[in-house]
Amino acid sequence: MILDYFVILMTSLAFYTILVLALNLAVGFTGLINLGHMVFFGIGAYTSAILTTHGIPWYFAFILAGLLASVLGTLIAAITVRLKGEYFAMVTLGLVFIATAISRNWISLTRGALGIPGVPDIIRDNFYYMIFSWAVAGLCILFLYKLTNSETGKVLQAIRDDETAAAILGKNTYFYKVLSIAISTFFAGIAGSLFAHHINFVDPSVFDLEFFIFVISMLIAGGLASLKGSIVGVFGLSIVSEAMRYIVVSPSLIGAVRDIVYVVILIIILIYKPKGIFGKVDV
Amino acid sequence: MMLSVKNISKNFGGIKAVDGCSFEVKENTITSLIGPNGAGKTTLFNVISGLTAPDSGTIKLLNKKINNLPPYKIAQAGISRTFQLTKVFKNMSIKDNLLIANNTGEDKMKKLLESVYLQKPLNTTASELSYGQQRLLELARALLKPHSLLMLDEPTAGVNPRIRQELKSILKRLRKDGKTILLIEHDMDFVMDISDFVVVLNEGKVLKIGKPKDIAKDKRVLEAYLGK
Ligand SMILES: Nc1ncnc2c1ncn2[C@@H]1O[C@H](COP(=O)(O)OP(=O)(O)O)[C@@H](O)[C@H]1O
Ligand SMILES: [Mg+2]
Repeated sequence: MILDYFVILMTSLAFYTILVLALNLAVGFTGLINLGHMVFFGIGAYTSAILTTHGIPWYFAFILAGLLASVLGTLIAAITVRLKGEYFAMVTLGLVFIATAISRNWISLTRGALGIPGVPDIIRDNFYYMIFSWAVAGLCILFLYKLTNSETGKVLQAIRDDETAAAILGKNTYFYKVLSIAISTFFAGIAGSLFAHHINFVDPSVFDLEFFIFVISMLIAGGLASLKGSIVGVFGLSIVSEAMRYIVVSPSLIGAVRDIVYVVILIIILIYKPKGIFGKVDV
Repeated sequence: MMLSVKNISKNFGGIKAVDGCSFEVKENTITSLIGPNGAGKTTLFNVISGLTAPDSGTIKLLNKKINNLPPYKIAQAGISRTFQLTKVFKNMSIKDNLLIANNTGEDKMKKLLESVYLQKPLNTTASELSYGQQRLLELARALLKPHSLLMLDEPTAGVNPRIRQELKSILKRLRKDGKTILLIEHDMDFVMDISDFVVVLNEGKVLKIGKPKDIAKDKRVLEAYLGK
C-alpha cells in the first residue's frame, strides 16, 4: 500500500523532472521566457491519448507526442523568437488560451471538457512503469547534460546573457533560439505522453495555469540554468505538495492554498538564495 | 582596401545621427574616428557591424558589400568589435566567454589573457570581474574571434588609470603586429600618437580626414571640439 503510493509518486516525479528540465533549457539556459510550456506538454498528452485510444501502438504514439509538440514548437518559435523578451512571454502565454479553447471545443477530436478516459497503460505493472519513466527521464537528463556542456549549449547561454554580443561573434542567434525551443518542446511532449499513460486520462485541465505555476515554481526554486537544481526543485516541491494533501482544507480551497504555499516557499528561497538553490543566473 | 564606407546616412526620428559619411580604412593601419559626444561614431560602428540598418549608402569589407548582411554574417566575414558599454557574457566563465569567440585550447586562451594583462583563472565568472577587467575580457574575445578588421569603441573609457595604460600598450603592440584597426577614442594625445589616419566626425558628417599632424592643426576640428 505504502509502496504503491511511493511508486505512483515517483512515476509522476519522472515526468515532472523532464518537464522542468525542458523548461529550464528554454528559460534558464537560453533566456526565452516560454510561458506556454504546458501547451506542448498538453499536445504530447493529447497526442498519446488520441492515438492509443484509436489502436495505435504506444511506442508510435509516444515518439509522435514528442515530435508533434516539437514541430509545433519549432513553427511557433520560428515566428516569435525575434520578439523582445516580454513580448515573447506574452505571445507564448496567449498560446495557453488558444490550446485551452481548442481542447474544450474541438469535441470530435478531444471530447471537450469530458476529456479522454481509458488511455491504455504502456506497462501494466506500476513498478515497471516507474522504471520505464525514470529510464526516459534519465535519457533526458543525460542528453541535456551533454547539450548544455557542449559548444551549442554555451552559445545558448551566451544568447541569454547578451544576444547582440553572441551575434557579433558570428553566431546565428535566431537559429539557436529556435533550436532551443525545438528541443525543449520535444521533451515537454514526451513528458505529456508519460503523464497521459500514467493517469490514463487527459482533459483540458493540463493547460490550467495552476499546473504551470507548480512547474515554474519547481524551476525557480531549484535555480535557473542548473540541471541539478531542477531535479532538486521537482523533488522538494512535490514533497511539499504531497504533504499538503494531508492538511485539512476544504476541497474548493486546496488549489488556491497550494499556489499560495508555493509562492511563499519561493519567496523564502529567493530571500536566502537569490538565484534559487543551485541557480547560475539571476531570476 | 580593408573597409570602405560610402555615403552612409542614418536618421533616428528627426535626428540625423549619421549624415552621408564616407571614409576608408587601409589594411595594416590604425584609423581613428574622433568627434564630440553625439557626433555619430557609435552609430557608424553599429551600421558597419550590421546592428543598425543604414537609411542609405554602402559598406564594403575587402571589396565585398556587407551592408545587406545580418550581424552574424558580417562577423563571419571578418569584423570583430567591442562596445562602448562592455558586453561580456556575465553568467559565464572567462573560458566560456572566449570559447564563443573561438574554440581554441586552454593554453592559447591563457596566453591571450596574459597578453591583455588579465591575470585571472579561466573558470572565473565574468560578473566577478571589475568593469575594467571585463573590458579586457571583451577585447580578448574580439581578438580571439577570427577577423581581418578590429573595431574598438572607446576601449579606454570608464576604466582605472592602470588598466588604461595597459590598454594603450596593448594597442601599441597590435599596431606593431600590423593589425587593421578602426578606433573610437577620446584621449587626443593617444589618438595622435597611435593613429595612421584620423577621421573627424561632427553632427553626423565627416569634417576632415587626414594624418594626425594635419588634423591637430585644423581650425575647424579645433572649433568642433572646443565649441565656437
Ligand atoms: N537608438 C537610438 N535611438 C535614437 N537616437 C539615437 C540612437 N542611437 C543614437 N542616437 C542619437 O544619435 C546621435 C549620435 O549618437 P552616437 O552615435 O552614440 O554618438 P557618439 O558615439 O559619437 O557619441 C545622438 O544624438 C544620439 O542621441
Ligand atoms: Mg559613442
